[in-house]
Formats: sequence, C-alpha cells, structure tokens
Amino acid sequence: MSRDVKAKPGAEAVAVRGWWAAHKWLIARRTAQAVFLAVFLVGPVTGVWIVKGTLASSYTLWFLPLTDPFMALQSLAAGNLLAASGFLGALIVLVAYLLIGGRMYCSWVCPINPVTDLAYRLRVRLGVPRTGGNFPRSVRYGVLVAALAASAATGTLAWELVNPITLVQRELVFGLFVVGGSLAWVVVLGVFLFDLAASERGFCGRLCPVGAFYGLLGRYALLRVRADHRAACNDCMDCYAVCPEPRVIPPALKAPHGEGPVILSGDCTNCGRCIDVCSKAVFRFGGRFPDAVKADDQATTTHHRAAAE
Amino acid sequence: MAHDDRTSNKQVARRRFLATAVRGVALVALAGTGLGLAGRVAANKPAHAIRPPGALDEDAFLAACVRCGRCVRDCPYDTLRLAGLGDGAAAGTPYFVARDVPCEMCPEIPCVAACPTGALDRGLTDIDAAEMGIAVVVGHESCLNYLGLRCDVCYRVCPLIDEAITLEPRHNVRTQAHTRFLPTVHTDKCTGCGKCEAACVLPEAAIRVLPEDLARGRVGEHYRLGWAEKKKRGESLVEGVIDLPNRGREGMESPDTGSGRVIDLPDRTKKGGYEGFEP
Repeated sequence: MSRDVKAKPGAEAVAVRGWWAAHKWLIARRTAQAVFLAVFLVGPVTGVWIVKGTLASSYTLWFLPLTDPFMALQSLAAGNLLAASGFLGALIVLVAYLLIGGRMYCSWVCPINPVTDLAYRLRVRLGVPRTGGNFPRSVRYGVLVAALAASAATGTLAWELVNPITLVQRELVFGLFVVGGSLAWVVVLGVFLFDLAASERGFCGRLCPVGAFYGLLGRYALLRVRADHRAACNDCMDCYAVCPEPRVIPPALKAPHGEGPVILSGDCTNCGRCIDVCSKAVFRFGGRFPDAVKADDQATTTHHRAAAE
Repeated sequence: MAHDDRTSNKQVARRRFLATAVRGVALVALAGTGLGLAGRVAANKPAHAIRPPGALDEDAFLAACVRCGRCVRDCPYDTLRLAGLGDGAAAGTPYFVARDVPCEMCPEIPCVAACPTGALDRGLTDIDAAEMGIAVVVGHESCLNYLGLRCDVCYRVCPLIDEAITLEPRHNVRTQAHTRFLPTVHTDKCTGCGKCEAACVLPEAAIRVLPEDLARGRVGEHYRLGWAEKKKRGESLVEGVIDLPNRGREGMESPDTGSGRVIDLPDRTKKGGYEGFEP
C-alpha cells in the first residue's frame, strides 16, 4: 500500500533548472507567509499601524475592512448577523478567494502551514510509517458541518475555541510580549505532534474545517495550476511527493478520463511546489479554462517526436 | 471463478467503504462533541473579567464576537485585553480587569466604533449609559469609611460622582458621637468602569465591579414600596391604619402611639417567661 517518498524530491529539477528556479514558488510562499504576519506585527511593535486586528477581522490603513468569511459563517450559525463593516469585509475576502483559489489562504497566509509543513518534512526524514493514523480526507467536511452545528447548538463560535490558526496568530500579534503566554502554544504543539506522529498531513489535509471551507470556495476559482506540458512528464513522481493534496494531480496530469490539463479540485492549495520540483516544467499557474491546451499538447508531442528522430 | 472473484472484490470494497465511513462519522461526532464541551467550558467567564462598553449580553456576545481584537487595538488606555487560551474568558474575546486598568469612559467610545460584528452595540452613543458591570462594596468589614474614617476615594474618582456613588451618612453606633459616610452604589447609574475598584486604597479592594447578573438584587414584581406609593397618590393607600399594640420594655411608653398608653404584660414566671404563655 505504502508508496515510497523520495528523500529529496526536486533534486532533478535543481540539477536541470538551478536551485532558485526549483524553489521559486516555495520562497515566494514563505515570503508571503512572513509578510502576512509582519503587517499585523508592524503596528504593535512600531506604533505605525498598517493593519489592525487579526486574520479573523482586520482593518488595513484607512479604507480596507477584511473579515474571514468562515468566522462570519460561524457567527451566523451561532445566531448573529455581522455589522455592516464586518459583512463588507467578509464579502471582499470571499470574492478575492473565489478568484484566486480558496486554499491559497492555507498555503500562502495561514500561520499553521509552516508548522505542518515542517512536521511533514520531519516525518519523511524520520521515516514515520505513512499509513496508520490516516483517516479519510473528507472528514474535514464533516468537521466543518460539526463546527457549524456546534456553533448553532452552543451559541458561540465553536471552532474558534480550539482553532490553532487564530489562536497562534492572536498569540503572536497580541501576546508576543506577555511573559508566559497562553495555552495557544500547547495547541500548536499538539498540531505539530499530531502531524508528525499520528496522521500524515493530518491537520491541514484531513481535519481543518477552515481549509475545508476554503476548499469549497476554491472549486470555482479562476487561478489554477495547469499541467500544460504534461506530455513531457517522465513519471518521476516528484510532484506527488511534495503535493499536500496528491489526489488533485492525476486528473490533470494523466487525464484517465480525458480531463483537461487544469487542476480543478478545490483541495489544491495553489502552493505551486509541483511547478518548482518538476524538472520537465510540466506545470504552470494559469486560468481555469482549457484554452490553447490541445495545441500545446500537440506542440510538445511534436517536439518530442522531432527530438526522437 | 471470475464471477466469485468479482463478488469477493465487491465485498472487500464494501467492507472497506463501511469501515472508512464509520471511522469518518465517528471522528466527526467526536469533533462535534469536543467542540460542544469546549463551548460550555468557555461560557464560564470569571467574574473579574468585565466586557467592554456596549457588549451584548454574554450569550449574544459570544455568538457575535469574531475574536479579532480590533476593540483592544483602538482602546487608547490599554484597558482592554484579549483573552488567551486558558485565561478564563473565551479565547480571543476582549475583557478588562478593573483592578488593573479600569475603563476611562472615552466619550467617543472607540472600542465600540472598531467592532465589525455588532458584539459591541453601536446603539451605545452615551458612555454614561454603558452597563459593563456594577460596582459592589464587598468589604463591609474592611472599607475605611465603614470603619468610620473619611477615605472617600471610590466616591471621589467616580466619573458619575454623587450619581453612581453617594456617601450615605449613618450614625456611628460604636462611638455614639460620629457619622459614618457609607459609599453606596446606585445600580441604575453605575457603568461598571471600575475606577473605584482600581483606586481603592486597601491591599484587596473593598469595592469591586461584578457582572450585572452577579451584582444586582431585585425585589419581586408584586412588591410595592409603601412610601413611594403613598407619595404618588398623595395619601396612604390603606385607609384607617390598624393600630396594633407595640411590644416594648415593661412599663415603657410606646413611642409610636405617643398616647402614653402603657403596654400591659402578664407577670413573669420563675423561668423567665410570661404567665399564661406556653412556649
């Protein structure tokens, strides 16, 4: 059952395309994560306010209200309609993620992502058995329903009681200079250990209802990873090894039922790591519509044929 | 043979599907139960955690607040803080501890203006009408004014001096010669800002802000204050007051009747009771 994971996926891409090109999107992503944390921290540290608030709801400079639509949904389930500015903020975020892909929140913004990514890397390095604690990835949708049901039943934002994302971000933005801190770090440690020892990609990939919610949004997103040059694929499996949601790749890459080269699953986090590690440059970011795909496929095939002759 | 294989494959697939489904359902149920439990625990806010001005009733507040901290950011006096996990109040919700930093009652109420959810009600435009909690004199044995001194600090710092806190003169029974000025909180005026609690000079404050439901007593709906009703009507509600004999010391004039009538009591028994009365 268990597939082998290469100890160093992407080594070939580094050799062929150079280190920077083979880490471009990873670096961009880590930078984005740092920036999204930094803009919240600039205010409390320097007193010059760019963003006030947290990922739950914030106000940027003098004009931009943003609210996490999943918070709004929990609040709605608990029986409250947001005030106008909060509602507007939720709408803006909703539209943005509908355009760029809901789970870009997971891979480009969420402060828990570096934690679970690190846990996964350690997991591979330590050779933790791949199966065992792995429950279905669809459980997160159940947790999403459970979180909303619990919000309705208890009249409070149920997921926010344990949500490590907002717990850790609040801790960083509000409690960084409070000696001792709160139990939020225990929850983060719990997530790390859970992913390291109990379940592969367990938190983000199987449990987190925030990711599930954004995954639902992501189904309709315009920005996509496309396997335009899939004809060049040499089956090295590096993209599968780095992908946090490996199931999203085959339909686009292998098209067992004639699907287009676009990754259309809402579960794809648009992290772009597959683009990085592919030595054949199969993947790229693009739109969702399969415009000049056939031509591209043909061109690649022709090119190969030409090379073979 | 091939047919048998297919059947067994089908059975295996079905069994695997069932196992997966049961596992998934169990996990979701576990998550729901856990969250429900956590919700109950988080609803138990400690009494010293006071919500910002304009906060809805605790139940409605917990439903509305998205734990963003913007009210905390816009509080110019760093009164408000955001509850960390395990601090007592639900994690991420704003509160203040009056003894540490009380509410300065800004007229613009910036915390309410910052709230994107309505958890802090924008209907609150006059900070004097805020109902964050109610101050209660808890230290009747330690309050310096109760002991007979003129501390008066809580009264002096009250933003609604002579309205929310008054000093009620009472005879000092101990000295028989002085007056005690007892700080008295008027619940309909007190905003719960906590300046009195923060300023109390004692090592442990004798006056404390408590959430309204803990601080307020209430008489039954059917109660009428005789003197208030009398004032309203201009005369006594009951015609012809029934004059019952007042009990007093033997041979003492009744102070009420003023008629000089002496209360007749039966003779005392040896045991200290009255003749003719069975205990």
